[in-house]
Amino acid sequence: MCLAVPAKVKSIEKNMAVVDFGGVYKRISLGILSDVKQNDYVLVHAGFAIGKVKQKEAEDTLKVLKELKDVLKDERR
Amino acid sequence: MKEDKIKLMEVCGTHTMAIARAGIKKLLPSEIELISGPGCPVCVTSQADIDRAIEISRIDNVIITTFGDMMRVPGTKTSFEDMKRDGADIRVVYSPLDALTISEDNPQKRVVFMGVGFETTSPTVAATIIEARKRGLRNFFVLSNFKVLFPALEALAGSSKLKVDGFICPGHVSVVTGTIPYAKIASHYKKPCVITGFDEIDIVKGIKRLVEQIKSHRCTTEIEYRRAVTEDGNIEARRVLDSVFDVKDSHWRGLGMIKESGLKLKNKYRQFDAEKEFKVKLPKAILPKGCICGEVLQGIKGPRDCKLFGKVCTPRKPVGPCMVSSEGTCAAYYRYGE
Repeated sequence: MCLAVPAKVKSIEKNMAVVDFGGVYKRISLGILSDVKQNDYVLVHAGFAIGKVKQKEAEDTLKVLKELKDVLKDERR
Repeated sequence: MKEDKIKLMEVCGTHTMAIARAGIKKLLPSEIELISGPGCPVCVTSQADIDRAIEISRIDNVIITTFGDMMRVPGTKTSFEDMKRDGADIRVVYSPLDALTISEDNPQKRVVFMGVGFETTSPTVAATIIEARKRGLRNFFVLSNFKVLFPALEALAGSSKLKVDGFICPGHVSVVTGTIPYAKIASHYKKPCVITGFDEIDIVKGIKRLVEQIKSHRCTTEIEYRRAVTEDGNIEARRVLDSVFDVKDSHWRGLGMIKESGLKLKNKYRQFDAEKEFKVKLPKAILPKGCICGEVLQGIKGPRDCKLFGKVCTPRKPVGPCMVSSEGTCAAYYRYGE
């Protein structure tokens, strides 16, 4: 139930934003997180941005995940 | 040897599912035991609250809107899914805002949003209620079954039956709440708390930090989900929440009545309160015979301790809510063969 998916903010109009979930665009509300700019990453839950995601840390995690997958791949060999 | 076991509770149902999916329990050293907590909002909703929503759905010219997970949860007599099959107008929505659109499209009907969820979800519904007032909607109502997580966490931290050594804390609840509400769990109840994300690496790192705290006899709140969680949380979301809802005592399946662990609409928003709008007679709540969801939700028993698990109770034909919800403990165990 508490699933929240990161998305990139493409455009903002009043208290709504269009966000990009890796190619899928959706209109969401900024009703509980208004300090959002274009190109920010936000966590989206039930049609609302609930928090910002730090881009650098998000990218770092993605990098670690990739490394972990590489390690597992090496082990399987 | 048994004393050396480290018992950690993953509070959040989304964590339960992620742990099961990744097979993390099988990878951990044998002295670490993970138990699932009460963090599945559908699962902890009381039988009476489910029955109330179902009774409202019987009323003519009422449209019920709710999240998909609620559809198959069995009430005492029936479920939303069965009611819908019998002709009740029950619609699954992705966002509570969708319920406002349905209200606008059906001015001659009364539209009820059956809301469940923790601090991740309740601010979105508070914002929706504010929006409903702005749009002047008079046919939109909220059945508030929202729960506040921390009083329940305190009850579990203080439980003599459970004796948990630390909590894997929910990432997305904490996006909203920040770390402050955990302080009492860590300092007063002496339970280390680590807030983690939902990727395998987040969860394993979170477990490592909990074990480090336990081994060094520290009890603090740490964030292992820095990319999304800050100490302060989402202050704006909490302000919106507090402007619409007050706390109330609330009944949790398995945990019983917990003080100030639920939310009710403030007086100035009472026109949107479905409980005030619809006075329904509830059947005497009867829990499914043999179902131990209550104990599973407290972490006292696991799904495998239930005689119904996998035999009478399966995701296709669930008996209790922990098998219904996609992130219920029983559903996770069944699906991933834990």
